Amino acid sequence: MSGKESDKTAVLVLGCPQVPVQTGVALYLLHALRKKGVVPVVAGNRAARMLVEVSDPERHYVGETVDLDRFIDDLAGKVRAYGLYFIFIHNDSGVSYAATVQSITGSTVVALIYGEHFEEIAESIEFPCEKIAAKAVHNPMPLRKKIDEVLPWVVSNL
Amino acid sequence: MGCVESLKYEVVLKGASFKECREYVRAHCKEYRDVQPGFRLFEKAVVGVPPISIGLDGDVLVFPYTKPCYGTFLLKIEDPEEAARIRALKKK
Repeated sequence: MSGKESDKTAVLVLGCPQVPVQTGVALYLLHALRKKGVVPVVAGNRAARMLVEVSDPERHYVGETVDLDRFIDDLAGKVRAYGLYFIFIHNDSGVSYAATVQSITGSTVVALIYGEHFEEIAESIEFPCEKIAAKAVHNPMPLRKKIDEVLPWVVSNL
Repeated sequence: MGCVESLKYEVVLKGASFKECREYVRAHCKEYRDVQPGFRLFEKAVVGVPPISIGLDGDVLVFPYTKPCYGTFLLKIEDPEEAARIRALKKK
């Protein structure tokens, strides 16, 4: 993998924050990654970043945050790389971002697929990735349960 | 692709899927070139599911532009220099 900081790091690529579970699940995943010794970074648009930052005012879970366009530019320019890529997907845009990250890095990305249309979206993904999919819109528990099942294995690959 | 928003563009498709954008470009543009995600267009990395088709009609480029909250737009921008650069790419 090219770029810097690629070992015990992970990036959470947030989508549009219109689905309520995104912020809660992101904070949960940030916490779980830190407990496993992984340094997480959050990439997202301004609204998505502000939601996680405001939810964690003392920064117990949220560390560095990066603008989404900057994140993609840095990946494409081989300026920066991460050990793990978690992409939050609840619409077609999320699939596009996941495909972009997978194509640029050559890494297997972890696709966190949720929302009303999670099955349809999961089926539309044809590139290599680990899919964690659940019908989570307001209730984050189905997605949290799947993250708990998969995360130890995902992190063990770092 | 923040700088695209400062250019004079026309929206061809709104809220389209990446697949619909690719099919539109291939069906309606005189020429097209396929690129991979991360390819720089108007100095910014393109986001999308590969292959990403960029259409060419003279000096006009037709290409997908993805926003997290609004989905994918297919945009049309006239730019002779950028069109020439894309046209010079090898056809696949």
